[in-house]
Amino acid sequence: MTLSNFNVNDIRKQFPVLDQQVYGKPLVYFDNAATTQKPLCVIERERDYYLHENCNIHRGVHYLSQMATEAYENARKTVAQFINAKQPQEIVFTRGTTESLNLLATSLGQLLVGEGDKVVVSAMEHHSNMVPWQQMLMHRSVISTGAKRSGEISSNLLVIRMDKKGVLDLNHYEELLKQRPKIVSIAHISNTLGTVNPIKEMIAMAHKYDIPVVIDGAQSMAHQVIDVQDLDCDFYVFSGHKMYAPMGIGGLYGKMEWLEKMPPYQFGGEMVDTVSFEKTTFNKVPFKFEAGTPNVGAALGLETAVKFIQSFDRQEVESYEDELLRYATEQLSGIEGMRFIGQAPKRNGLVSFVIDGIHPYDLGTIIDKMGVAVRTGHHCAEPVMTFFGIPGTVRASFAMYNTKEEIDIFVKAVERAANMLR
Amino acid sequence: MTIKEIQDSIVEEFSMFDDWMDRYAMLIEMGKECPIIDPQYRNDNYLINGCQSRVWLHAEKRDGKIYFTADSDAVITKGIINLLIKVFSGQTPADILAADMSFLDEIGLKEHLSPTRSNGLLSMVKQMMLYAEVMNG
Ligand SMILES: Cc1ncc(COP(=O)(O)O)c(C=O)c1O
Repeated sequence: MTLSNFNVNDIRKQFPVLDQQVYGKPLVYFDNAATTQKPLCVIERERDYYLHENCNIHRGVHYLSQMATEAYENARKTVAQFINAKQPQEIVFTRGTTESLNLLATSLGQLLVGEGDKVVVSAMEHHSNMVPWQQMLMHRSVISTGAKRSGEISSNLLVIRMDKKGVLDLNHYEELLKQRPKIVSIAHISNTLGTVNPIKEMIAMAHKYDIPVVIDGAQSMAHQVIDVQDLDCDFYVFSGHKMYAPMGIGGLYGKMEWLEKMPPYQFGGEMVDTVSFEKTTFNKVPFKFEAGTPNVGAALGLETAVKFIQSFDRQEVESYEDELLRYATEQLSGIEGMRFIGQAPKRNGLVSFVIDGIHPYDLGTIIDKMGVAVRTGHHCAEPVMTFFGIPGTVRASFAMYNTKEEIDIFVKAVERAANMLR
Repeated sequence: MTIKEIQDSIVEEFSMFDDWMDRYAMLIEMGKECPIIDPQYRNDNYLINGCQSRVWLHAEKRDGKIYFTADSDAVITKGIINLLIKVFSGQTPADILAADMSFLDEIGLKEHLSPTRSNGLLSMVKQMMLYAEVMNG
């Protein structure tokens, strides 16, 4: 028997922000899919950096600069180990998922995508994993045809269908792969439906056609053990702020073979090797992709967040969070008119719903007044809302510091609000 | 009644409640009583942007006065627009343009006035003012 180190009350003490009242009611924070709160150790790490270590990296010969450089590179190592990358150089620090995906759409796009080429995404993507590809493809056609012929342009973005439960149609995916797209980019966990996609299988399917796969891991890093070698994904992207780390830092894992071949995304200091007015040669991977001064303090915060997550038995955390989700779903299902949006057999981290005859915005407004913070709206996935024919959903998303007592408060609040609004 | 008198009576009504729940209940009631826009105007041309829920607003001028109708898919939003309609409908464009909106603070809707607030109270007021400006004179 392993000794349990998971005690939610102790964990909550590390998140002072949770211990407050809003409108005179104890705060129930269920908007973790938007951003998680930060534990004291992360806040202190970033603060310490600015108190004692602040320095620009990779440039100074002096003591502080060397220390900061070493700390930053150690953070890269920690993140690499966390997701089991082969080597630290396969981790590029970015501002987050959105920047990572824009980097890929631009750079991998330049490497692989020509006129008329196709990219596959799924019907449940966050705008961040759709619009960059769409715009890149549009740009290709505009350049090559010299005009915007819209119908033709958007048809190069192939979209994997899903069913009404929020499960991707893998037969359709196979059909799309036969069209020989250049890139596949899909979410590991959907931020609106909570669906956990069978990415390992989907990656293997694409590889049979030699197509590289990008995984949007924004919603998974805090909740699941990620092993990029086991998944065999070509790229895995994520945001620090959704995994207990500061805002403004995130990452892009890429297989070295790809990163070496890909052209730089942004140009400037740091990413160059030799520069003259005629010609510039570029630095090695990953520095080639890290133009300009990076967010060192946040990178160190991210490292601490990783260590924070690693300090628990991951299996135990996952079971605890699964139990929160199961309990919330069970308790909510008793409410009249409840309709869950996203009923995939494998879900993680969040529950999304509408109540018949009640606008999600109204519900969110009322329960906010009861101290409950949830997200309402389209969650940056408008096509998903269109698919389900709804204006938006109410989404409650959980982190390891949430409790069943909070779920009880939340469910009561939803009930009360629904009665007011009916 | 003048705009000021209507505002005062709304403030009085709201001040009977200490509890925000009752105030919201009242807004919801007002939402249900909103003078509903003619279906022919319930289209994108009459949509007010900047709201998480959709709001349609129509105005017409009769005998020098403006009459508003509206609709929204969210009932609280509908309550808020109806509150504004109560204040502005049947008033002259000049009076609407000159109106002081500080009564919104007094009824505890102040938090909704911030420009980032997604229900777009500010956009609604702006749109009504815009109608008044166009219909002035
Ligand atoms: C699935 C998914 N992808 C991408 C993003 C964008 O992340 P960020 O805003 O941190 O770049 C999010 C955040 O909401 C997300 O949930």
